[in-house]
Amino acid sequence: MGDLNAAEQKKNTRHVPGEVIRKSIIYAGLVLWALMVLFPFYWMILTSVKGYGEYNSERIPKFYASSPTLQNYLDAFRTVPLGRYLLNTLIFTVITTAVMLIVVTLAAYGFARLSFPGKDLVFTGFLALMMIPNELVVITNFATITNLHLRNSFPGLILPSVTSVFYVYLLKENFAQVPDALYYAAKVDGTSDLKYLWKVMLPMCRPTLITVGILKVIECWNSYVWPRLITDDEAYFLVSNGIQEIRENGFGRENIPAMMAAVVVISAPLAVLFLAFREKIMTGVSRGGTKG
Amino acid sequence: MKVVLDNLTKKFPNRNKKAGGDVVAVDHFRFEIPDGELVGLLGPSGCGKSTALFMICGLQKPTEGKIFFGEQEVTNLPPEERGVGVVFQNYALYPHLSVLQNITFPLENLKGEEKLTKEQMKEKAYEAAKLVQIEELMERKPHELSGGQQQRVAIARALVKRPKVLLLDEPLSNLDARLRLQTREEIRRIQQETGITTIFVTHDQEEAMSITDRIVVMEAGRVHQIGKPQEVYDDPVDLFVAKFLGTPPINVFDGNVQGGKLYLGEEDVLDVPGVADGEVTVGIRPEGFVLDEAGQLSCKLFGVEVMGRDVTVVSTHDKCQGGTVRSIIQAENVVDAAKEQIRFNLKKAKVLLFQKETGERIR
Amino acid sequence: MEKNQYKGWLYLLPAALFLAAFLVYPLVDVFVYSMEEGYNFASQTSFGTGLYNFSYVLHDPYFLQAVKNTFLMVVITVPLSTGIALLISVGLSSITPLRKLFQTIYFLPYVTNTLAVGLVFMVLFKKTAYSDGLVNLLINVFGGESVDFIDGPYPAKMFVMCLYVIWVVMPFKILLLTSAISSVNPNYYNAARVDGTSPFRIFYKITLPMISPTVFYLIITGFIGAFKEYGNAVALFGTDLNAAEMNTIVGYVYDMLYGDSGGYPSYASAAAIILFLIVMTITYLNLTFSKKHVYY
Repeated sequence: MGDLNAAEQKKNTRHVPGEVIRKSIIYAGLVLWALMVLFPFYWMILTSVKGYGEYNSERIPKFYASSPTLQNYLDAFRTVPLGRYLLNTLIFTVITTAVMLIVVTLAAYGFARLSFPGKDLVFTGFLALMMIPNELVVITNFATITNLHLRNSFPGLILPSVTSVFYVYLLKENFAQVPDALYYAAKVDGTSDLKYLWKVMLPMCRPTLITVGILKVIECWNSYVWPRLITDDEAYFLVSNGIQEIRENGFGRENIPAMMAAVVVISAPLAVLFLAFREKIMTGVSRGGTKG
Repeated sequence: MKVVLDNLTKKFPNRNKKAGGDVVAVDHFRFEIPDGELVGLLGPSGCGKSTALFMICGLQKPTEGKIFFGEQEVTNLPPEERGVGVVFQNYALYPHLSVLQNITFPLENLKGEEKLTKEQMKEKAYEAAKLVQIEELMERKPHELSGGQQQRVAIARALVKRPKVLLLDEPLSNLDARLRLQTREEIRRIQQETGITTIFVTHDQEEAMSITDRIVVMEAGRVHQIGKPQEVYDDPVDLFVAKFLGTPPINVFDGNVQGGKLYLGEEDVLDVPGVADGEVTVGIRPEGFVLDEAGQLSCKLFGVEVMGRDVTVVSTHDKCQGGTVRSIIQAENVVDAAKEQIRFNLKKAKVLLFQKETGERIR
Repeated sequence: MEKNQYKGWLYLLPAALFLAAFLVYPLVDVFVYSMEEGYNFASQTSFGTGLYNFSYVLHDPYFLQAVKNTFLMVVITVPLSTGIALLISVGLSSITPLRKLFQTIYFLPYVTNTLAVGLVFMVLFKKTAYSDGLVNLLINVFGGESVDFIDGPYPAKMFVMCLYVIWVVMPFKILLLTSAISSVNPNYYNAARVDGTSPFRIFYKITLPMISPTVFYLIITGFIGAFKEYGNAVALFGTDLNAAEMNTIVGYVYDMLYGDSGGYPSYASAAAIILFLIVMTITYLNLTFSKKHVYY
């Protein structure tokens, strides 16, 4: 069907001049937006390899680097604790994602397996929690973490974000698609609930788990507001706070190339992750991602 | 291992709150399945046969009553301690595991002294696989198998622990007609080879009749009749059983007994000595009709379906419930399809009389 | 099976605990905070209860500035981003070669750290002692005067802000719209083509109604997201948003809570609740509107 249409369209393109013009306009528009998207990335990489002197002497910025250098990258790591920021973010991301996956999986399994009167009502109430905006609860959470003396610590960073109502919902829907007969079959053989979860449910729902994991990794890597509230010690800064710190205090303010080098370093991991898991991430986001 | 159900009852709370009360899925079952037999639980969907099966394997707890395997009461034992193997309706194969892993899965749960090494598990899995003839498929995933092959894997998985009782839930419902025939013979063969007491659930009477030693006919949580298939067919206890068994189904008429004679409308069609006068429901098996120009029963001819070995004569009769009478006669008897009327004599053994109100068998 | 019900609860326990501690309790608490007058974070005492906090916030020029900024941004970015995303998605759906490549490129901003890329925008738009920046260079080419988009006049700053917000939210919208368009049954198009319907009419009469639930979903989430805008403002204008006149409502909440201007959780709570009421109202209006105009 699709091939037929494509073939047909090709034929049309050849014969109808209006079609050619239409296609050209479409491609022009698409290329324009692609340039809009890519240009900042190009500019950031370009600037990051321009020398400090070269950059500041260009009254009219050049679209190429006359003598590319990696000095800025060295500066980025030497002058500010960029390595520390990256390591912190990595620790934060890995632990948060791992703990969240466990918590969310258990809850989803509980909802999928349990049956008790009023379960649907409880679940609806649970889903209603999705409507609570983060901005409303962050104030008390800030107070809670402060009172627990967990500011400037990983538990303080991690604890409030290890559950997600939405991901529980997503996983529960997926678990519910696994036929009950598999559970009965496993029960007949004396499989414990936990073993059934581990051996049957999780392998069968792996695509969803991966999706949830990736979405959480993206969220963690880019999180800014909570880490900013909860850390003022540079030793616990994540990359987002680090970049803000660099902007305001690092590199003597005007070393834009070094700043861009830091930006490249910070953006690279997720860009690589994205290119590696392009399909998974895009289907995952279209199934349930939101920004912010 | 014989299986005894003693007063087995299962009630579910009614989902429809307004209707109130409980739904009785299984109502005081009381029967015994002799050791080594193949028994079919037969009934229309929703009759409680799957619930009964689930109680026997331990996935559901009875509201009342007891279950014995041999002399041991198993009513409160969890499934894994009962020694049952179950083949589920859609096979319930783990889609992410290979055939071999599916078959060894039950063995991995064994604990303590029963614990097996990887090698032993594999050996046992191959034993079971050999029994159902799927040794060449061991590395495949379930989705790479045909329906019939999946069925065999499910049976192998159920057999790998050498269960005392094998339970099959609608084992043939997902197969096409040809495979169904083949598979049911296969089930019979495996059952006879292993000698394991086997209970299977089906709504297809032909399936049940063809391979079982014994059938249990159920409806709405109640057992109507238990017996050898042919006996139940020939000698049903009530109209429900008579109607449920046999293809084409039994022809049901509104009849009248007057002075030892059975009347269908104006015609007296059969002598029924000893039956009290009054209205009755009459069941006549399709094979109970004999073509006879001078026969007592006359029907309006509707059509003739030639099936090769025999011929189905479709006709209509005023007193017949549903209108059409289906009779099977041997192909040698040529029927002139142009005729308007057709006359039959009836075979006495194939005519069953039932109480009009209760549907209970009179003769 | 039946006796193991309590185990199911056990599975829910970790999630329930975390949610109770970090979602339900704070939700209640924020209302308590908002009513406590003169709450002191250090001594955890307050003078009394009442609506003073709300009154204070509503009379705070910084808050009013933040509300103005936020509303302006919402009104500009939501229709623009949704409209452009719709155009791009329709364009994407009508081509075959290079489609995957375009889709991949368009999605890139979703996975970038917006704080980091915000710096790139700042560099592009900022006027410094050394250089007027690339964008001003372009303006000069077309005969315009250089403007400082980052530290300059308000409309210029608002322009960069909106541009960046649109740049950031586009991937999600394009992705959802393209998948919505591709899931429209091609038979509708074939039928329309047989009838000789023009491409524009096909879009207006078939595609748009069929994808209207997605469009509507994007508008609702777009409104909600834009009202909660904050990080992107920080990325462009730095953390002292009040001084830059570019604060948002969420930014106001955080500034009240923490930092040089912070230490007033009660004002923060009042502002957060006002924000929540605004978002609820807008979402409600959206839903009412959609009942009339969305075909399910």
